[in-house]
Amino acid sequence: MSVVIINYNAGNVQSVTYALQRLGVTPVLSDEEEVIRSADRVIFPGVGEASTAMRFLKERRLDRVIKDLRQPVFGVCLGLQLMCRHSEENDTDCLGIFDIEVKKFEPKLKVPQMGWNTLTQMNSPLFKGIAEESYVYFVHSYYAELSDQTIANTDYVNSFSAALHKDNFYALQAHPEKSGKVGAKIIENFLDL
Amino acid sequence: MLTKRIIPCLDIKDGRTVKGVNFVGLRDAGDPVELAARYAEEGADELVFLDITATVEKRKTLVDLVRHVAAEINIPFTVGGGISSVEDVSALLNAGADKISINSSAVKRPGLINELALEFGSQCVVVAIDTRHVHDEHIVHVRGGRTPTELRTIPWAREVEQRGAGEILLTSMDHDGTKAGFANELTSEISGMLSIPVIASGGAGNMEHFVDTFTAGKADAALAASIFHFKEIGVPDLKQFLKDKSIPIRIEQ
Repeated sequence: MSVVIINYNAGNVQSVTYALQRLGVTPVLSDEEEVIRSADRVIFPGVGEASTAMRFLKERRLDRVIKDLRQPVFGVCLGLQLMCRHSEENDTDCLGIFDIEVKKFEPKLKVPQMGWNTLTQMNSPLFKGIAEESYVYFVHSYYAELSDQTIANTDYVNSFSAALHKDNFYALQAHPEKSGKVGAKIIENFLDL
Repeated sequence: MLTKRIIPCLDIKDGRTVKGVNFVGLRDAGDPVELAARYAEEGADELVFLDITATVEKRKTLVDLVRHVAAEINIPFTVGGGISSVEDVSALLNAGADKISINSSAVKRPGLINELALEFGSQCVVVAIDTRHVHDEHIVHVRGGRTPTELRTIPWAREVEQRGAGEILLTSMDHDGTKAGFANELTSEISGMLSIPVIASGGAGNMEHFVDTFTAGKADAALAASIFHFKEIGVPDLKQFLKDKSIPIRIEQ
């Protein structure tokens, strides 16, 4: 199986690569349309700031490429937020794959949320074999609101979309590449879709 | 619910773990990668690698070590010790570190915090603060807590947050090595004042001390070295103990 990680200025590309290698898969890093389009699975990572990331994607025309993909695509962390309609982070128009607004946590608790929190109400083959209230690792200040595309919830300040799904697009706010065995299982499930 | 984090700290010298560790079944107690894997397996929430290598040449081995750790370990880890530039940080993050920690270099040139936050994002910038009580004031120290600075700890903590630090690793040099508990009063004051997470460090001696620092100390995470390395407290036992005391803690099912 060919797995392509979209290569742009995302901070966790290396960690995602290692996580796939631990599962016996050697991913290809690429920002080339042909390579991305022809992959069996595409992973869209992300660590950083939304407007900078979107500008970077647009300059390379990767925004169109990502939206038009037909194979299973997996957005991770900022990748999930960029797949939404709009982010409050520097008032950024995003890819609009999910018709969801990305908001900043109200500072009732520490922001960013940093650490291990639970996945609940999981409702997708992405979470096959994963027990309710399993822990995954989060680092984020912005969250996707709940919607009918939500396939897992997490509570921090308020309930938010820990994961999303629409057609061939899947996304997780947590970092599966840093979430121990649970995270590895989620990546494995994505490869098995 | 977001859980409190337990963070074993590994001291690294010339690419090897210092402070002999005797885990049953470890082939090589000095191998940081194997030790880190064991801690991850036991349920550690994060790891910190603190490089105490003296010479600049040998520091280059740190990047190789980070690469090996990142390939093997599936939990987040922070690397600190001797980091003083954007280039240093870039090399470590590219090798797979999740966060870096700066200490003396931030005191020497506070603008480094801003530069790193802008370049890599606040989430990967940990500022370590070594503090000691001097003449009724909390004073920031450098060089492993030996040298006092002119900075007072609480205003410095506020400043590093404003400059873009994503987390503070607060080590009380008064408590470090005493095994008499964490500096909960100071930790609580700083954690309550800031909106970024605070890691309590220095003084862990028993499991109750962790309960105290998560409640009275309002710490978001607690770091310890020797009690884990010398197996005085096992990570699984500690986490079960904390859970029984109603502290939110991650135990894998």
